[in-house]
Parts: sequence; structure tokens; C-alpha cells
Amino acid sequence: MTAQTKIAASFDPLAARADFEILSREVYGKPLVYLDNAASAQKPRLVLDAMRDFATSEYANVHRGVHYLSAKATERYEAARETSRKFLNAAHADEIVFTKGGTEAINLVAASFLAPRIQAGDEIVLTVMEHHSNIVPWHFLRERHGAVLRWIDVRDDGSLDIEALDAAINAKTKLVAITHMSNVLGTVTPLKEIVARAHAKGVPVLADGCQGAVHGRVDVRDLDVDFYALTGHKLYGPTGIGVLYGKRAHLKTMRPYNGGGEMIREVTRDAISYADPPARFEAGTPPIIEAVGLAAAMDYLNSFDRAAVSAHEHDLLDYARAQLREFNWVRVVGDAPGKCATLSFETEGMHAHDVATILDREGVAVRAGHHCAQPLMERFGVASTTRASFALYNMRAEVDVFVAALAKARKILG
Amino acid sequence: MDDSLRELYQEVILDHSKHPRHFGALEHPTHVGEGFNPLCGDRVKIYLQIGADNRIADIKFEGRGCAISQASASLMTDMLVGRTLAEAEKLMGGFLHLVKGEDAAELVGDDRERLDVMAGVSAFPMRVKCATLAWHTMKSALEGGAPANSE
Repeated sequence: MTAQTKIAASFDPLAARADFEILSREVYGKPLVYLDNAASAQKPRLVLDAMRDFATSEYANVHRGVHYLSAKATERYEAARETSRKFLNAAHADEIVFTKGGTEAINLVAASFLAPRIQAGDEIVLTVMEHHSNIVPWHFLRERHGAVLRWIDVRDDGSLDIEALDAAINAKTKLVAITHMSNVLGTVTPLKEIVARAHAKGVPVLADGCQGAVHGRVDVRDLDVDFYALTGHKLYGPTGIGVLYGKRAHLKTMRPYNGGGEMIREVTRDAISYADPPARFEAGTPPIIEAVGLAAAMDYLNSFDRAAVSAHEHDLLDYARAQLREFNWVRVVGDAPGKCATLSFETEGMHAHDVATILDREGVAVRAGHHCAQPLMERFGVASTTRASFALYNMRAEVDVFVAALAKARKILG
Repeated sequence: MDDSLRELYQEVILDHSKHPRHFGALEHPTHVGEGFNPLCGDRVKIYLQIGADNRIADIKFEGRGCAISQASASLMTDMLVGRTLAEAEKLMGGFLHLVKGEDAAELVGDDRERLDVMAGVSAFPMRVKCATLAWHTMKSALEGGAPANSE
């Protein structure tokens, strides 16, 4: 197959696999087949080494001390910001705010950008395929400020109807909050087009890129998106760190999020003035070691031909999808054209938790449940699904183990 | 097959989950309880008819969930019908001990034998909550309190 040869030429998943020590372990005496990557990805040695090396040679608190280590640590922390800027192709490093994850990044926009601008009856447009982290912060604004949530449905194949989205944006719309890639369906949204449509009506767009940033190159300038949130741990980086990209013009006008050290210019008994972005939004000691780890993860990912990695992941998805078609008791949820790396499905007469338990004993780690996307589960009339999600280090042979384990589950439960 | 898996999904469990006993609603229940497992979204609703003699005259349940939670609910309703509230409480206490792998001395004789099919759950810590959902819901129905969760 020509496609396979092409992939092998530019990306070698077997070689990449060797970077992830955990992948060589066994569970219950069986080789681990890790297919829960959409929940969290494993960490390459290079990321762990970068964090350890930094912590053992250059670590101190940042932006405070005048001593040698503090200067070194600040340098590394700010270098991580520059790496993140490049990773997203943002125009300026001060448009990169470090958060503790994707969830905090979205909550920050809700609290600091939108809350002061919203009045009762104003609308926020979002889709039914959002993760709870891109739903609940907007519910807060509904509860506290009387905002109205306008839900956009997806088609039966899980794809987005951009005309429906466009039609929902009106004079009352204050924000479009939309995923770049669904963590359940694998649907990739046409973000650039969405932004263009929203901007034509003067409405800013926040994209939840927690999945999207993992599976393809993101260029926030080309997308012209106003805010883009991502998390480190799904990107082969550490937990406890995420990135909020925000256009400089927006960040400048936003009020602080948390209050504390680092985010102030001056504090007196009677008054306070705030630091400029991004420091304004980074109260307290930030995740310094994690920032170094995140930068290493971004460098790691960019050391590959990203298009070739993506082609490899698509190959795994297609390969798995084709095999599941042989099982007439499996119903895949989400078959949108161009979908990425995530395969959710229902199993007739078998609950996802039972399926996942049996898979687990075969060494296969999958997710079972509602995937923090209950409105989407409701849309498709399911209480829960089983989800296999692929990363750059997965192999066709692992898909075979997964499919065989699924057949075994059917035998036991069916 | 893995022995603990065989133990977990034995015939009796699968039979109860596919053909749950006492499935449905009671028209005039004296007590109702609702349970929810926020982890997986599983729900169960239990209807009770408790007579003046403090006996459980009838019991039904509705809901959806995994094989373990459905079998557990089915088995529970099957075993609790006709019991006094004191007997029911003792059985519930024993069951919770059993699935957590603790000493379940309150379960004796026939009860012990019937509930032993659920003992395999103790080898699957992530699944204990599936097994206990219906029982916690039963407790909340009897107490007439807030909806149960699986904690």
C-alpha cells in the first residue's frame, strides 16, 4: 500500500514507542495496550528527563529572586512560554497564559472576559458535543448572570452543521464556545470557517483545543480565533499545566482571575493595580517544572512530521473502524468525515463498563462512561459508550488485540 | 479465561442482568428511592410497598446500568420481598461487607449462598460501586431521604 510506505518513510511509530517506558509494561500478565489517550497520554522519557534535569540543576521560584537559580528558572519558564507561542503560532509571547489545565483556561475566559460583559438575556453559542469543561463555566454565567445557552446540534454522523451554528449567532450573542475536536466523536470542527462567520457578526470565538492541539498543527493566527485552550497532559506533557492563548487586545481588557502574588503591580492598604498580561492571570507560584515539561513535549511532538503522525493515527482509526464493521452488535457513535483518532461505540446488550472491565483483563485500557459529555450522550440516546482513542505510539497490532478482546467480551456477556 | 473474570460474570449474574426480576414500577408505592452513579451515569429507581406489619410486601426497580448493577438490583429485590425491615437492614449490611471483601458474618445459610455470586466483585475495586448502587438506593428509600449516590 502506498499510503503505508509513505507513513513509514516519514514517521516510525515503533521507534517513537521506545520513547515511552510505560508502554513496555504488562498488566495482569498481558502486554499493556493503552487506548485511553483522549483521557490522558503517556509521557516520553524526554519530557520526564527535562523536568528532572531542570529540577535538579536550575530550579527555584520565578520572577522573584535576584539570585542565580531564580534567574535561571525564570529564563526556562519564559522559554516555555516562547515554545508555546511557536507551537500555536501566536504573534506574541504575552498572549500565552499558563494555567493549571484546559479547564482553568476556559474558566478564566468565562470569569475574566465574558462575565463582566454579559447581561441577562445575552447568549452564548455552544454545541452539544462540548466536554463539560466547555459547558459548566458557561452554565455559571447562566446561573449568575442570566446568560442564555444556545445549543447547536450535530448531525447523526457527528459532524457540525455550520449553517445551524451561523443561524444561531445573533445580536445577543456574546461568544461562540466550541471544541476544535470532540473527545467522544473525534469530529474536527471547521474552526477557521466558524471564526470567520462569528467575526462577520462581531462575535468572538473560544476554541477548546484539548484534543485538537494533539492531533494536528494549530495556527491561531491563521484561524484568527480569539481564545484557544489546551492542556499539557493530553499532549504527552505533564499534568497540572495548560495554556490559554488569548489575543493581546482581549487579554489587555480583561480583569484578573485569581488574586495573589505575581499578578499585581502594586498593593497598598487602600488600592491595588494589576500587572500586564500574561502575569495578570498567573497569580501565585505557577507550575514551573510542568512548564518546562510541556515545552519539552511540544518540542518532542514537533520533532516529527506532524502530517505523518496524523496519517498514522488515521490509519489506526480506519483499521479499527473496518474491523468493528464486522461486528453487527457494535454501533459506532460519530462517523464524521475527517474525524480523528477517537472511536466511541455502543455494544448491543452489553454495558460499556462491563466491556471495559473485560478489555482491561486483556491488558487493553479504554474509557467507558459518558466521557464528561452528557449532553452529547443524551443527543445520541446512550447512557455511556466505550471509547478507544489512539496516539502516535499505537500500532495496528494493538488494534488487533483490542478487537480480539472485544470479541471475547461478546462471548462472555453476549 | 481469567478466573476473577469468570467469577465476576458467572451465569447467575448474567441471567439476572438479562432477565431482571421485579423490573418495573409500583403504582402505589409507600416508599421510593432514586440512585445515581455520577461516575458512569447509571440510574436506578426503587419502589417499595411496606405493610403495617413492617414487612416489604412488594418491591420493583427501574433503571439502566451495567450487568453488575442490574444483577445486583435484581438479586436484591428478589431477596428482600417478604422480609421485615429489620431483616432487610441486616441483609443490606452483610451485602456491603461482602462486595468490599470484608467479613460478612451477618449473612448466614441460604442468604449467604445466594449472595455469594456477588462476592467476585471485591476483586474489582472499580466496580464495587456498580454492585452497591441499588442497595444504597434501597436504604435511601427506606429512610425517605435524599437521592442516593454510589459513594
